[in-house]
Amino acid sequence: MRAFGELVRRDVLIAWKEGGTLGVALGFYLVVVVLLPLALGPDLSLIARIAPAVLWVAFLLSALLSLGRLFEADFEDGSLDVLATGTLPLEAVVAAKALAHWLTTALPLIALAPVLGLILNLAPQAYGVLVATMLAGTPAVSFLGAIGAALTVRTRRGGLLIGLLLLPLFVPTLIFGIEAIGAALAGADSFAASFLLLIAFSLAATVLAPPAAAAALRFQLQ
Amino acid sequence: MKLIADKLSVLRDSRPIFAGLSFAVEAGSSLILRGPNGAGKTTLLRLIAGLLPASAGRLLLEGGPAERSVSELCHYVGHLNAIKPTLTVAENARFWQRFLGDGGQHVEDALAAFGLAALSDIPAAYLSAGQKRRLALARVLLAPRAIWLLDEPAAALDQDAEAALSAAVTARLAAGGLVIAATHQPLPWPHAHVLRLGPSARVA
Repeated sequence: MRAFGELVRRDVLIAWKEGGTLGVALGFYLVVVVLLPLALGPDLSLIARIAPAVLWVAFLLSALLSLGRLFEADFEDGSLDVLATGTLPLEAVVAAKALAHWLTTALPLIALAPVLGLILNLAPQAYGVLVATMLAGTPAVSFLGAIGAALTVRTRRGGLLIGLLLLPLFVPTLIFGIEAIGAALAGADSFAASFLLLIAFSLAATVLAPPAAAAALRFQLQ
Repeated sequence: MKLIADKLSVLRDSRPIFAGLSFAVEAGSSLILRGPNGAGKTTLLRLIAGLLPASAGRLLLEGGPAERSVSELCHYVGHLNAIKPTLTVAENARFWQRFLGDGGQHVEDALAAFGLAALSDIPAAYLSAGQKRRLALARVLLAPRAIWLLDEPAAALDQDAEAALSAAVTARLAAGGLVIAATHQPLPWPHAHVLRLGPSARVA
């Protein structure tokens, strides 16, 4: 358990000191969301209507950018070999790295989302729901993303490949995340159902993704 | 404790790296792997570390703790150093100490043993190749593990560092450890046996 905490701590520390990966993700998020209203023209009600969808899709794309490096750096400098010979099972190593990714990439992106909501004329009562659905749904992105990162750890510029491999798996999170915000704005009962499904996907990914990613890593290390 | 390899074979893309390899290493002795490039020295070390499965044969540990796998008893120092350039020397060492388990030397002592004490606060990115190698080797002192697997440990090391490495290996062997190293350099280690890996059997 101590090794798990240490690994999370190290990855957060490295992300903090390097800063580049997070900067690129935040910058990309900002650019996509700022460009869209400019392209769509001054139709405020249209932009407000699609704002939750834009914020979620741009979040997924930004997270994908940084997922490619999840195991690559440790693979290239030999750290992954040593991590694999530790007493911590490789499944737990994967979980620790996915958790660190969520803390260092998803959380800052979620913090930025309400600010970008202003640009998109998001309805005032939607901000709380937006942050809540993202907090509930995005752990699935980091943990499922670990599978793709493990599969492409030997592939140069594997980031886009991760997108192709994993976008189908992200679809439920995307649909129910946007659906939950829409339901909350309309005052519909389906909000609770969508929100609980989001949490369910995240919990399932947290449990099921580490064994899958660890199996992929074992194969890649051979 | 005794590490026994029984007719080990490894295939890569159906090409044998080595086949039918058998040897035994007793606790307190070291095994030096020699052989031309591509003879399978690194492959054998990775196999013992549990990073690679054998396609045939068995690897046994006699008299080791039953609840631990061979992999969990090994320090694997590959030809890559497993150092994070943005972290300082001490931060790198402290992470591996805490990750690999308690009971090893203090970070300061392990760094001092390899002559890195004065560098502990600078980012590892500024280290020279030999200093990075020293930091990677300091890992074996940071956590107590019975079996050391060292891949070209003396590459880029100067005489002082080689002496430090020999002292660490000698102490580990005296404490009932077991050291396996792949190298092209002469290593003056006690109770050293040499295993020569050669060109393997041709594909039929």
